[in-house]
Amino acid sequence: MSLLRRLRTVLRIYEEIGVAPYRREILRAQARQRDAFMVATMADALGVPSPVELYTLELLPYLMEDFHAWHRRAGLERAPEGGWRCC
Amino acid sequence: MSSIVLLIAGLSAFVTGYLLYSRYIARHVYRLDPDFVTPAHRFEDGVDYVPTNKHVLFGHHFTSVAGAAPIVGPAIAVIWGWLPAFLWVVLGTIFAGAVHDFGALWLSARNRGQSIGTLTQGVIGSRARTLFLLIIFFLLLMVNAVFAVIIANLFIANPGAIFPIWMAMPTALAVGLLVYRTPAGILVPSVVALVLLYVYIWIGQYIQPQLPDFFGFAPSAAQIQAAAGDPVAAAAAATTDGIRAGWVIIMLLYGLLASTLPVWLLLQPRDYINSHQLFVALGVIGLGVLVTNPPVVAPAISDHLPADAPGWFPLLFITIACGAISGFHGLVASGTTSKQLDRETDARFVGYGGMMGEGSLALVSILATTAGFAVYAGLEGWQAHYSSFASASAGGVNAFVSGVGVLAEGIGIPHDVAVIFAAVVVISFAATTMDTGVRLQRYIIEELGSQYRIQPLQNGLFASIVAVAAVGVLALGIDRGAGGMRIWPLFGTTNQLTGALTLLVITIVLLSLKRNFWITAVPMVFLFFMTTWAMIDQLGRHFGNQWMLFGFGAAVFVLELWLILEAVTAVRRALKGGGPTSLDPDAEKVVYDVTGTR
Repeated sequence: MSLLRRLRTVLRIYEEIGVAPYRREILRAQARQRDAFMVATMADALGVPSPVELYTLELLPYLMEDFHAWHRRAGLERAPEGGWRCC
Repeated sequence: MSSIVLLIAGLSAFVTGYLLYSRYIARHVYRLDPDFVTPAHRFEDGVDYVPTNKHVLFGHHFTSVAGAAPIVGPAIAVIWGWLPAFLWVVLGTIFAGAVHDFGALWLSARNRGQSIGTLTQGVIGSRARTLFLLIIFFLLLMVNAVFAVIIANLFIANPGAIFPIWMAMPTALAVGLLVYRTPAGILVPSVVALVLLYVYIWIGQYIQPQLPDFFGFAPSAAQIQAAAGDPVAAAAAATTDGIRAGWVIIMLLYGLLASTLPVWLLLQPRDYINSHQLFVALGVIGLGVLVTNPPVVAPAISDHLPADAPGWFPLLFITIACGAISGFHGLVASGTTSKQLDRETDARFVGYGGMMGEGSLALVSILATTAGFAVYAGLEGWQAHYSSFASASAGGVNAFVSGVGVLAEGIGIPHDVAVIFAAVVVISFAATTMDTGVRLQRYIIEELGSQYRIQPLQNGLFASIVAVAAVGVLALGIDRGAGGMRIWPLFGTTNQLTGALTLLVITIVLLSLKRNFWITAVPMVFLFFMTTWAMIDQLGRHFGNQWMLFGFGAAVFVLELWLILEAVTAVRRALKGGGPTSLDPDAEKVVYDVTGTR
């Protein structure tokens, strides 16, 4: 490996040491916000009656992928019962 | 004695320990398997479970475990001379601390990245988990109190650090907002903040405010006695108490505010800056020693021990906690690092190697105080600074800061700027630890509140106020804060107990797997023996004159006896074959494509 490439690798590692934990915290904060949104819009999927389910139902196709990630984060290996499953 | 010789001797011992001892452990005891599917791959989620390059992970682990404590402990412990401190740091790191960190990382990675607390429950029992929570609670209480006092003392001795420290806060907040709310990226704002910090440090030599004395304490009987009839000196000592109390309260308010803010807003930008400060500080001190090669002026073994100083045996082993072995590292290793381990074989470099970094920090702390500071103050000045155990405890960090100033001067950095830089490094580390510490204390109080159905304690803000108030009572309760550093040995003991508990868990697993358990059992027994002895010594000293310290000491002592009983029971059960016999039974051993998954 040439000296320049080696130096570049060292710099990249150094940069990543500082940036990666930072990125993780931001992803965590974003996940928290998304979870709050998910609870607000997908309450009926969890068995909690939602007064706005007619409207949030329209969001379902867009949220399907996020829903899977969310229930996994919440500690549920499989999607909770709710008339529809994502996995 | 030349300080280069000491530095090279210490570092060579670390390298030898890494090359030989850790290889033996990795191959024959922990039996690291490059094909084992680590939790980072099994549960990859992009947030907590992320397979990470081992050099990057080393950086994360090292910057998380390194802080003010490995600097403070050795800076106090050199009161007994440099040799006992040097030997304990070097041998403790190689045979106890690094084995402990490496083991915690390995065991957690083999158990789906579970934390030491959960592992304790699984391996020893649920009673041990309660014990673990109690030990952590005391550890946090003491670390917050001690660090508040350390910061207050540093602000009083180095007013030049006040401007950079308080200017760094809004700068970090601005970076936090920029990174989170705008598409500015992380790197550029963080680097700008780092550069700004050095500008603040440079300005700090010209702006040196001092906090007014809000309390106006009357001189205490001890201060009048120490001043030997000089009322001005006694009044000055009382004024210092007032200023210190003011700073402690300000730092507690900071802890209260900082711990309730989102992590990305203040803590994370500060952590970014701190991790760079750590590497810069290590570089400056190391280069300073190599260029100036100051003689180690302080004695190898002090023959002028002050009357109030306890003997180095066994107190040395709890005064230097983090620089030789630290239970806190087990929390980091099993909490975040184990979830990012790319391959199990990386655990040796990250866990064992990370502790070598921590040991190096303790080593440079010894050099800065016994060579750097001692050259600056002269042998008599050094002996005057370390004239009593109380003054060594309160002034050890200042000796370090001043010593860094001398070493940095050798590589062309102006002395005043270097002193402010060193003070800023220690204060930043201590302040971010306080931020995390108060945050964790709040979680524990909230958990206790929900467990025992005490409604107010479940409120986050109220729980934080309770945490901070308890810290305040502890920090200011001993001679109005002047004796705050007397908590240090108690902190050291609690920290070592956490380490002993982790070693116990690893020992029982090794015992059950019929592997060489002596590598963890010997340091564990050593720690139990030394901490028990030191605690009995401490309790005898505090009995009758410091009831609060006695009370805390007694509580820690009870935890210690409890832990020993748990250890005996658990080991007996494991010997009868009742311990865990396999690690992570549901983890399938899959040979995965090493190039494809990373």
